[in-house]
Amino acid sequence: MTLSEDQPTRNLDISENATRHSQLRQGEVLQERYEIQEIVGIGGMGSVYRARDKNFKAIRLVAIKEMISQVTDPLVRKNIFQIFEREANILATLRHPSIPRIYDYFTIGERAYLVLEFIHGKNLEQLLAETSGFFPEEQVLAWAVELCDVLDYLHSHKPEPIIFRDIKPSNIMNTLQNHIALVDFGIAKVFESKQKNTMVGTQGYSPPDQYRGEATPKVDIYALGATLHHLLTLRDPQLEAPFSFGERMIGEINPNVSREFAAVVERALEYKPEDRYDSAMEMKDALINVARKTGTLLNLSIPTTVSSGAPSRGVGVKPLWTFEAEDELRSSPTYHDGTLYIGCYDNNLYAVDAANGDFKWKYATDGGIASKPAIYESNLYFGSEDKRLHVISTRSGKVVWTHYTNGPVRSSPRIAEGHVFIGSDDGSLHAVSLSSGRLAWRSEVGSPVRSTPWVGNEHIYFGSEAGDFTATDFRGDARWRFKAKRAITSSPVLQDGVVYFNSMDGTLYALDANTGWAVWRFRLGKGSICTPAIAGNMLYTGAADHIIYAIDTRSAKEMWRYTTEHQVNGSPIVHRDAVYCGSVDGSLYCLDAASGRMRWRYQTDAPITGTPVAHDDMIFIGSTDKKLYAFLA
Amino acid sequence: MANFLKKLFRKKKPATASLPSNAATAPLSEAQLWDLGNGERPGKYIHLIAGSALDQGQRRENNEDSLLCFNGTLGAGDLATPFGMYIVADGMGGHRSGEIASETAVRALGQYLIQHLYKPLFGPDPQPADESLREIMEAAVNEAHRAVKRSAPGGGCTLTAALVVGTQLVIAHLGDSRAYMVHRDGRMEQLTKDHTLVKRLQEMGQLSEEEAADHPQKSVLYRALGQGDIVQADFFTGSLSPNSFLLLCSDGLWGFVEEDDIQTIINATTSPYLACLHLVEAANAAGGADNIAVILARLVH
Ligand SMILES: Nc1ncnc2c1ncn2[C@@H]1O[C@H](COP(=O)(O)OP(=O)(O)OP(=O)(O)O)[C@@H](O)[C@H]1O
Ligand SMILES: [Mg+2]
Repeated sequence: MTLSEDQPTRNLDISENATRHSQLRQGEVLQERYEIQEIVGIGGMGSVYRARDKNFKAIRLVAIKEMISQVTDPLVRKNIFQIFEREANILATLRHPSIPRIYDYFTIGERAYLVLEFIHGKNLEQLLAETSGFFPEEQVLAWAVELCDVLDYLHSHKPEPIIFRDIKPSNIMNTLQNHIALVDFGIAKVFESKQKNTMVGTQGYSPPDQYRGEATPKVDIYALGATLHHLLTLRDPQLEAPFSFGERMIGEINPNVSREFAAVVERALEYKPEDRYDSAMEMKDALINVARKTGTLLNLSIPTTVSSGAPSRGVGVKPLWTFEAEDELRSSPTYHDGTLYIGCYDNNLYAVDAANGDFKWKYATDGGIASKPAIYESNLYFGSEDKRLHVISTRSGKVVWTHYTNGPVRSSPRIAEGHVFIGSDDGSLHAVSLSSGRLAWRSEVGSPVRSTPWVGNEHIYFGSEAGDFTATDFRGDARWRFKAKRAITSSPVLQDGVVYFNSMDGTLYALDANTGWAVWRFRLGKGSICTPAIAGNMLYTGAADHIIYAIDTRSAKEMWRYTTEHQVNGSPIVHRDAVYCGSVDGSLYCLDAASGRMRWRYQTDAPITGTPVAHDDMIFIGSTDKKLYAFLA
Repeated sequence: MANFLKKLFRKKKPATASLPSNAATAPLSEAQLWDLGNGERPGKYIHLIAGSALDQGQRRENNEDSLLCFNGTLGAGDLATPFGMYIVADGMGGHRSGEIASETAVRALGQYLIQHLYKPLFGPDPQPADESLREIMEAAVNEAHRAVKRSAPGGGCTLTAALVVGTQLVIAHLGDSRAYMVHRDGRMEQLTKDHTLVKRLQEMGQLSEEEAADHPQKSVLYRALGQGDIVQADFFTGSLSPNSFLLLCSDGLWGFVEEDDIQTIINATTSPYLACLHLVEAANAAGGADNIAVILARLVH
């Protein structure tokens, strides 16, 4: 990194090691007067202590803010202490209910101390960390008005306005009387070295103009806007790119906030200083107007949790055709050569004409069919609750052979290397020869295998109901195992040397396909049995928390989420630039793959638990309302 | 009998010939490993090779860049687990705190990673770590952040750290050092995003590329290790393909040597170590206005 030419490094005695600073201990007494009780805050320049002032008989508590000078050169240090004294003197003259009084200041060695009125309460950063839901709008509005008031007081200071420069939740305290106090005056900045590369203000809350070295009231107005945005959305701007509030509109994250209030905050956050409020006073007036208009200050019962607002249902979207089976369609269709094949809880496998939904034939097993059929050389492979893997001809609908397992078969088959691989509730994965229909081997894992195996990278990957994830070689010998905390019903997907799957433990796992090392994990709100869908660097999946997630596989970051009205148990598919996914709320959703915006939604008459399939411009999906639907993509 | 020997000999001869002439002397040089890597060798045995260079440059009185280049391969049975840790940190702050910050960052991060990966890799019953590589990396960055705040209060540093286990790659990044994937076909892919204010203003359409190029505050960072209460690094996960080089460098390299030239230098040299030296030479030839830290790593079959 570049350093300015007048970099002071060389003028200083570099043999002197950076001093290691110790904190004051409980019981230690400063100036024969202030008895330290405990640390209440730790900052960049030192600590803040609660202390007792022994000059008073009654217990009087004070806050002692310690600032440790980084400068070792005695002359420079002297200069800094002079500035410190001058600023402390200015602060000592301030009188405002939201500013703690300054009682005293002194220096000891390389340390300077300010003695302040002790504020009983918590800072807003602590409140943010503790809250489980959004703060009520009226609460944030009340704080905002008080903050504007104190900023207006500081900005009107004579002869020079005082710019706070560092408005952020940790510098704002919420008193026990539910008022606001500004605690951290820029005085500590005197102790920071003026380096070209060090950052000014607090990343996330500061406006672009502050980075240009400007210190005007507009800087504080922006930082107040940023703080309010954080309080209303619970999204920490320190974790986002600078100046990116425009990408996180308040109303979209927290629909409880009135449009009027959001508009005031957004104006304070304008990128250009001239587009913001001119003064804290003007902003305060705008806030009071909001309170009047929305009646917020009167209305005390505002819900604190939200769900995404119910969008218009199935606007204009109609199925091209529907086909009605005799029982619930819980599983997923397979498309092959103009025909759709889907298993049903009436024990039948149906073959339906994909063009018009006409019935072609059905094949009866002795149990419900949850398995999605696989096709290989005009034969159809699928499992049934009747414990069998069935192989039938797509042409005739007649059986070719069956293979018995010792438990219901709910896993779907995968065909590779001359074998069909399928799991069974008998606790093992079966590898059956395609040509002979004979069992080649079984890999026992001790609990039902409902996950559909993935074959690739010279391994077979599958999960089990006990939460084991296994990678075997083509002889069925386990190469590695990974243990999740709960069942892995979800089927793995392999891409670029990584296997992805969900677990009922509420985690999406990304494991190295060769070694089973976890590369990353992503916390879902609840367990999931969905199979992830991957397109490019984006992974889409659903979970029982009602949400469809889009996750960047390279950063493991959530790119968007869409909240449906019930559990998402079927898996999403990606077709062109859209994600299609069913929900137990009964809808099939079509979401924009890049943004998660809903394009359309179609409401069936019962929960959807299966996965859609796409072919050309058509999307097909079954519902537990017994119908198979065809839509235009 | 003679025929049998002849047969044996004929079979063996080409095999010996394909080995480097001084194969008997161990360890092999980087260049020889490169040659081995370019041959079509069947099997899953893969090595991780790496080189690094650190240079003060021409104009600076001190070196605020630090690096860690640590790599190995654990071969067990027919499987190999390459393991590599590469870190570049570029310090900032007055009176030595920049140097202290970058050195502390590299040590603290390296120590954390080794501690947490030692047992899973080398323990009696090697088992993948309980946490994901990314979580370990995240915790390591937090640890390094605390260490820098402790040892260089007010100072800070950039951090670009790559962890390789098997063929998986996890990168943690803060600041304006960079990680690239340099492909053999000439493509050079920047994996990290500079956390500089100017870049951000540019992304927002507030500055043109020309304005950004000689902006006086070009190096003002909005994210750095040791700065701020919490640290929020960018993470990247992906796989390291045997045909590509992983390059980590400080702005002392990318700020002064064109990407095209970096790419040409890397692909012209057979060894990562030599390539690093050549990159440093190129940065110095361009004026060497800043400290230079470079690491190159590659998987070879
Ligand atoms: N007067 C006070 N009464 C009670 N607690 C206080 C008081 N002043 C500060 N605190 C507590 O200490 C924490 C840190 O204080 P402050 O922001 O002044 O210091 P700092 O963060 O170290 O300074 P800087 O942000 O300049 O590095 C506050 O968030 C608050 O919780
Ligand atoms: Mg503070």
